Amino acid sequence: MEHYVNLAIKSIFIENMALAFFLGMCSFLAVSKKVETAIGLGTAVIFVQTLTVPLNNLVLNIFLKEGAMAWLHPALKDVDLTFLGFITYIGTIAAATQVVEMTVERFAPKLYAALGVFLPLIAVNCAILGGSLFMVERDYNFWESVVFGIGSGLGWALAIIALAAVREKMRYSNVPGGLRGLGIAFLLTGLMAIGFMAFSGIQL
Amino acid sequence: MAIGLSKKEREVLLDPLFHNNPIAFQVLGICSALAVTTKLDTAVTMAIALTLVTAFSNLFISLVRNTVPTNIRIIVQLSIIASLVIVTDQILKAYFFDISKRLSVFVGLIITNCIVMGRAEGFAMQNPPWISFLDGIGNGLGYSIVLVTVGTLRELFGSGKLFGHTILPLVTDGGWYVPNGLMLLAPAAFFIIGFFIWILRTLMPERQEKED
Repeated sequence: MEHYVNLAIKSIFIENMALAFFLGMCSFLAVSKKVETAIGLGTAVIFVQTLTVPLNNLVLNIFLKEGAMAWLHPALKDVDLTFLGFITYIGTIAAATQVVEMTVERFAPKLYAALGVFLPLIAVNCAILGGSLFMVERDYNFWESVVFGIGSGLGWALAIIALAAVREKMRYSNVPGGLRGLGIAFLLTGLMAIGFMAFSGIQL
Repeated sequence: MAIGLSKKEREVLLDPLFHNNPIAFQVLGICSALAVTTKLDTAVTMAIALTLVTAFSNLFISLVRNTVPTNIRIIVQLSIIASLVIVTDQILKAYFFDISKRLSVFVGLIITNCIVMGRAEGFAMQNPPWISFLDGIGNGLGYSIVLVTVGTLRELFGSGKLFGHTILPLVTDGGWYVPNGLMLLAPAAFFIIGFFIWILRTLMPERQEKED
């Protein structure tokens, strides 16, 4: 149990997807002008991340790993498809976001109104693919990947909401012309990253 | 270098270098720009890989642009890009295993790099193959300029080296330079890109964002 809590803390704070690994930066900077939209995108990322990381973990363990297909036919026990990883993961992610979008639209129209526009955007968010690739690289088992998926999604959402809140306040300050918009957002993110470094080393 | 190209071709190739730099003005492809720049050799590898992937994905997508139905175009684009990235990854693993280990997941993340998708969707879908190829090279080079600049600054001031060769002898090795540890950490990358954008936009006041 403790192991999982530690993994969650690590993925939310210490190895924050956005601030330590720079993942999902494009939408991170583009959608962080208002807190409201930031919350929308953040929720959508948590949702999709929690779904796709364990899903890709299953795909990896059932189909791609060396010898993983032995359950299908004994002759397949030497097949190693790990080199097809990238295209499979991105396919899984694209399909999953599509299914989520359709399900949400059908059963929760209110939620769809809030998240709908962000879901297609998420298919090409590097935080999502990055989550799956980290899962592969670090060799997480199924439950670890569930925890990692939730944690990294939460961490990303936390970072974008915090940045959006700061940027809303920036409207009252006098920023030099060349720095306005994107430039100051970068400097702010840098300062936030320094803040998050304070979490490093925390363990239960 | 642009000899033998028509005016439009030259424009497409050179414009993204500064005037329309994908990182500084279009806000594309920042994700990986920051993570691989602690060392110059990873930055250069990443820059070359991304330039080639963008150029060839633009070329292939432009070739099939008239036969792909609009509503499944994203899937087609993604599978073309993903296949190119798999090839790149296999080449890196075969010939530059050490660097590929240090780039870790970031080679794979070229798939979702917004420059590649952005150029495919925004340029290659409307333009013939050759000019799309040049556009890919141009945008890749624009990205490379930022990446190599940031990589140089971070490695030089963070560890006093370039490509692993000592330039500024460190105090710990009996030299005079006290390395700036912040340079090797994540926040420095944000600061350097922030300042880079600031300088570019101060030089080109017409590209500044309006006050809201």
